[in-house]
Amino acid sequence: MGGLRKSRETWLGLAILLLIGLITLRFPSFAAPSNLGEIFNDTAILIILAMGQMVVILTRSIDLSMAANLCFTGMAVAMLNAAHPGIPIIVLIGIAIVIGLALGAFNGVLVWKVGIPPIVVTLGTLTIFRGATFVLSGGKWVNADQMSPAFISFQRDILLGIPVLSWLAILTVFGFFIFLSRSSLGRFIYASGVNPTASVYAGINVGRTKFIAFCISGAVSGLAGYLWISRYVIASVEVANGFELNIIAACVIGGISIAGGIGSVAGAVLGALFLGIIGNALPVINVSPFWQMAISGTAILLAIVLNARGERKKGRIILKEAA
Amino acid sequence: MQQHFPIDAATPCLALVGVSKSFPGVRALQGVSLQLYPGQVTALIGENGAGKSTLVKILTGIYQPDEGVIQVGEVPVHLQGAQDAFRRGITAIHQETVLFDDLSVAENIYLGHAPRNRLGLVDWRALRLQAQKVLARMNAGHIDADARLKDLSIANKHLVAVARAMSIDAKIVVLDEPTAALSAKEIGELYQLIEFLKKEGKAILFISHKFDEIFRIADRYSVFRDGALVGQGLIKDTTQNEIVKLMVGRAVGQVFPKRQAKLGDFALKVSGLSYAREFADISFDLRKGEILGFYGLVGAGRSEVMQALFGLTRPDAGQIELDGVAIEARSPEDAVAAGLVYVPEDRGNQGIVAGLPIFMNVTLPSLARTSKSGVLRLREEFELARRYCERLDLRASSLSQDVATLSGGNQQKIVIAKWLATSPKIIILDEPTKGIDIGSKAAVHEFMSELVAEGLSVIMVSSELPEVLGMSDRVAVMRSGRIVEIFENKNLAAETLVRAAAGIGA
Repeated sequence: MGGLRKSRETWLGLAILLLIGLITLRFPSFAAPSNLGEIFNDTAILIILAMGQMVVILTRSIDLSMAANLCFTGMAVAMLNAAHPGIPIIVLIGIAIVIGLALGAFNGVLVWKVGIPPIVVTLGTLTIFRGATFVLSGGKWVNADQMSPAFISFQRDILLGIPVLSWLAILTVFGFFIFLSRSSLGRFIYASGVNPTASVYAGINVGRTKFIAFCISGAVSGLAGYLWISRYVIASVEVANGFELNIIAACVIGGISIAGGIGSVAGAVLGALFLGIIGNALPVINVSPFWQMAISGTAILLAIVLNARGERKKGRIILKEAA
Repeated sequence: MQQHFPIDAATPCLALVGVSKSFPGVRALQGVSLQLYPGQVTALIGENGAGKSTLVKILTGIYQPDEGVIQVGEVPVHLQGAQDAFRRGITAIHQETVLFDDLSVAENIYLGHAPRNRLGLVDWRALRLQAQKVLARMNAGHIDADARLKDLSIANKHLVAVARAMSIDAKIVVLDEPTAALSAKEIGELYQLIEFLKKEGKAILFISHKFDEIFRIADRYSVFRDGALVGQGLIKDTTQNEIVKLMVGRAVGQVFPKRQAKLGDFALKVSGLSYAREFADISFDLRKGEILGFYGLVGAGRSEVMQALFGLTRPDAGQIELDGVAIEARSPEDAVAAGLVYVPEDRGNQGIVAGLPIFMNVTLPSLARTSKSGVLRLREEFELARRYCERLDLRASSLSQDVATLSGGNQQKIVIAKWLATSPKIIILDEPTKGIDIGSKAAVHEFMSELVAEGLSVIMVSSELPEVLGMSDRVAVMRSGRIVEIFENKNLAAETLVRAAAGIGA
């Protein structure tokens, strides 16, 4: 779908390589495979979340409630684990996904059936989900010593040399790639983002497509909820506060158009990795966290400018063709 | 009636001389001349697509002519944009007024030329006073200058638009179908307003499809056909029949290779279909192998009926029977599943999904068939797209090309291919050849003949008389949301259709 977008991902990939190269000049150990693997593992949750956000953005919507959903679901499974340590982790993960999906479906229904703009809906549910977390936990934390050993160790287990967390990210990315490129639903998601009117006229239920997109981002948030809590081994109301913006940033840097319909899995993954590398590298070379924020902010603006220029170019080609 | 300005006044206050304008693939105006006289109403008459709107856009500075001159008074001018035309005293009042709903009446009247105080800021007191004065002069003192525009009726909004023209002492006022959305009483008030403008010495260009109206208020007429001026003169020297003849007078039928298909059983029966304020009591039937034309003026409700058949809106009353079985199309999905598809008029917004490649556009509604439990089989999908694009003789370098890069004619072929790939029983084509080049036009017509030969049924909404007369087996004429009459297309005269559509008695 257009060489431009492909080249956009290539450029982003090159920028990441350049970044790694620059840091390696000062800290040769940075490029060591073990360190890069660690950075990937550190970014895994962001990558997983970006997949869900991307699907929502493709339908011309946005989900601001993902981090709050993650927080609620994480708290719910942590409390469940504390109360019933016997429940197998796989079942717990299933529960997390189902809770997340239910919260996402709530967003989706409001967008689809009530017709409220997604940004307003999810701004509201962001607060609701955080509030619900407080009500659920009574404001208390769930600490490491209350969690079962399996709950904490599951994602750290090494499988074929790679932690389970990294495997989960790889599987999620692969799954989304197949889903978007090889399913009719994936095609509808792109079509309803590119031109919702024509999609309706083609017999696609655009509202339902958006609903499904929110269910997907919800389910992904649920999965990430468990992963986050077991990684940082603490569940509180403050978990992942403000992280929704990082998720959106990863998508935007990765070339997912906020106007819908344009973007790829590879782009979103690269966008997340870019943020992950900045987050990991800058503290190492003693750059203050504030600079870190400024740099990711600059990257977002740069990405938006590049995207906008890409769109304009497309317009010119149409004119030339028509003349 | 007192005549302040003699009807055969010598000097026009605005003249177009030899104006031409082309768009890619279409020649909208060729060598057109038009004069507007102070204190007189000139009616601009023509079928849909005759070039009236292009002319208005050139007059109001929105388009620049490719050739020709615009003269204000005796001076040739170059209108650089809407603001420029407005400053030179040319104003237009459109069917739906283009004013600002959330501003006050006074602000709307003086937008862009508000009185200033010494500091260069808007002088609000003077603004209100002057606005109220302008309204009073037009006998429209009942409108409060402080009222929000959105609280006004459409008729009063027209008055505000005219007041805006008065406020800059406009010389030329274009009224573009101003009565389309008005009640009978409001139309009466508008006529009074036009009389007032005449007395003030304004030159008025009046665009309307309603003959009674034209003959009541216009002094002169100019008839357009296919982008050219075909006749003009004084209204008092002509008749409705003569004008209808001028509008349609052309040979019909050469470019349309319609082959008569054998008519089969009834494919579709619609009875008593009604929807809120859009249309009422629509009843017709359609046989297999038949092309049913829908003719009418823009705004007669033809597209609205088709959108209801396709499930985009839900009619309040009436039945739709497909192959003898009552169906209820709640959504386009249902309609497509039942075998009824719709090629919309607005190709760019409703027809194609620009940004997706050709093959994805073609297979969009057929993905259920080219996938297995939700998983796409790309090879089959591509093959399906290739087959239908070939059938429609699509010209494209590759099926992976973005549809946005194609010409209008090829885009239309893709929209048609998209629906044929779903194997429909009934295909509705809404203005199928609007804005496409002559070659693609012939191809679309040829293809319609092929479809009905295969037993499909076609409903063709068209405002082009030659197309309607050349392609249809029968023609349903709609006016103001109702079907006036359904004609057999045997020795059917273009004049008959125009009369029925415009509501002129025989």
